[in-house]
Amino acid sequence: MYNLMQQIVSGIAMGGIYACLGLALVMIYQSTNHINFAQGEMAMFSTYIAFMCLKLGLPYWAAALITLGFGFVGGFLIERLILRPLKDAPEMSVIVVFIGLLVGINSLAGWFFGHQLESFPSPFPNRAPFDTTLISGHELGCIVVVLLVMSVLFAFLRFTRLGLAMRASAENPISSRLAGIPVSMMLSLGWGLSALIGSVAGLMVAPVVFLDPNMMGGVLIYAFAGALLGGIDSPWGAVAGGLIVGLVENLAGAYLVGTELKLSVALVVIVSVLLIRPSGLFGRKLVARV
Amino acid sequence: MSAALLQAKNVEAFYGQTCVLKGISFEVAEAGITTILGANGAGKTTTLRAISGLVRTAGEISFAGQRIDGLATEKIAALGIAHVPDGRGTLVNLTVQENLRVGAYLQRDTQQIELDFERIYGYFPRLRERKQQQAGTLSGGEQQMLAIARALMQRPRLLMLDEPSFGLAPLIIREIFRIMRLINEKEGVSILLIEQNVALALDLANHAYLLETGSTLMSGTAKSLREDEQVRRSYLGF
Repeated sequence: MYNLMQQIVSGIAMGGIYACLGLALVMIYQSTNHINFAQGEMAMFSTYIAFMCLKLGLPYWAAALITLGFGFVGGFLIERLILRPLKDAPEMSVIVVFIGLLVGINSLAGWFFGHQLESFPSPFPNRAPFDTTLISGHELGCIVVVLLVMSVLFAFLRFTRLGLAMRASAENPISSRLAGIPVSMMLSLGWGLSALIGSVAGLMVAPVVFLDPNMMGGVLIYAFAGALLGGIDSPWGAVAGGLIVGLVENLAGAYLVGTELKLSVALVVIVSVLLIRPSGLFGRKLVARV
Repeated sequence: MSAALLQAKNVEAFYGQTCVLKGISFEVAEAGITTILGANGAGKTTTLRAISGLVRTAGEISFAGQRIDGLATEKIAALGIAHVPDGRGTLVNLTVQENLRVGAYLQRDTQQIELDFERIYGYFPRLRERKQQQAGTLSGGEQQMLAIARALMQRPRLLMLDEPSFGLAPLIIREIFRIMRLINEKEGVSILLIEQNVALALDLANHAYLLETGSTLMSGTAKSLREDEQVRRSYLGF
């Protein structure tokens, strides 16, 4: 029983990380209708920046801050320099570019930082408060960080002028431009923000899976499964879906299929969602009257 | 006659290689109401898009003495031109209030924005009742009101409307046209109106242009067009 509880808790912690990356996917999907396959690799690269900062002797939180900044600027520039010129390109070209980004960033990371596994520190103490063994310090920290990131993001999108402008731009670029909103700037900001959130996921997952250029491969698939399960156009859905996938993955890994086949759980989720309920659990079936 | 607020000279507009406007010229007087009439495909909607910088254009468009052709759409909006697009451009996932806040994006003075909300709910009390409602669930007439309200939040000098009567019941059309007249008279906002409902448009406007396949066929005061034999037979039906 205690074991089961432990599995549930660590499933939620991992699920939080998937939720983070899934949220990053959804943010870009909402404004561009594309799935950014390179989201995981972008997060991985940012995490290496943190790794280098730590190697230089910076304290963890400074390194993390630099990493988030790097993620934001990186995402912003990728949109500006690589995707902007493809604004009117057909769907297929964009997909190919995303795959190119995935492979390119992965190889760059290997070239710059090497392919060996690096251990990456967690900023949290080893043991959770009250000396409980139910949850590790890192798992608890993960959950708190993810909750914090999401609350800040949702508050930003809901209550600020810039957040409203970003939501409006994603929904109806023409109406937004007619109201004076610089939509293309909002799109770049959205990419920056989404890459920043991805970096958080990278920082949180690296202590668990070890840092290497392929670290995010599995995470991206889980995050995608989560986002799809929740409804690819719904930020809340991505969060809920990510948590569910984390939970199911962990429980299935522990009791059903074993750790080697864990990833197939994500694939089963993806295929079943697409077959049974393509709009996901919380995907909007929008009521629109004409 | 005083200098026009909006002046278009020999404006051409293109979708890809296709030339849709073949050099039209028109103006909108300060505080005046001008209407552009014409059948489907005459280029009415394109004319508004040309002014807003949503299509590629050639020729000269100036607003308040400043050239605006070639400017980005958001820059043109910032100069004081509000465009109520065809299809109303509702932000369907946002609430009514959020839609209006989008319209107020360029306004910095929060106190002024609150006053604008009151002013606009005064014109459209129905929107106040529904301010927390998702805009996509509004009826067509309410969405048209919301589109006009969103444009008014921009505090424009020129309000451009693309077929505000489209698909609406006569009672609601009459209400919307009454409010447009009120906005023009009370606030001195100039209006450029695109309409298929020629009788209604000529009633409201003081100046009119008639387009046919991308060229100006005729222009004059609304009264002179209403009395024109050809306009009567082709567009008014009597």
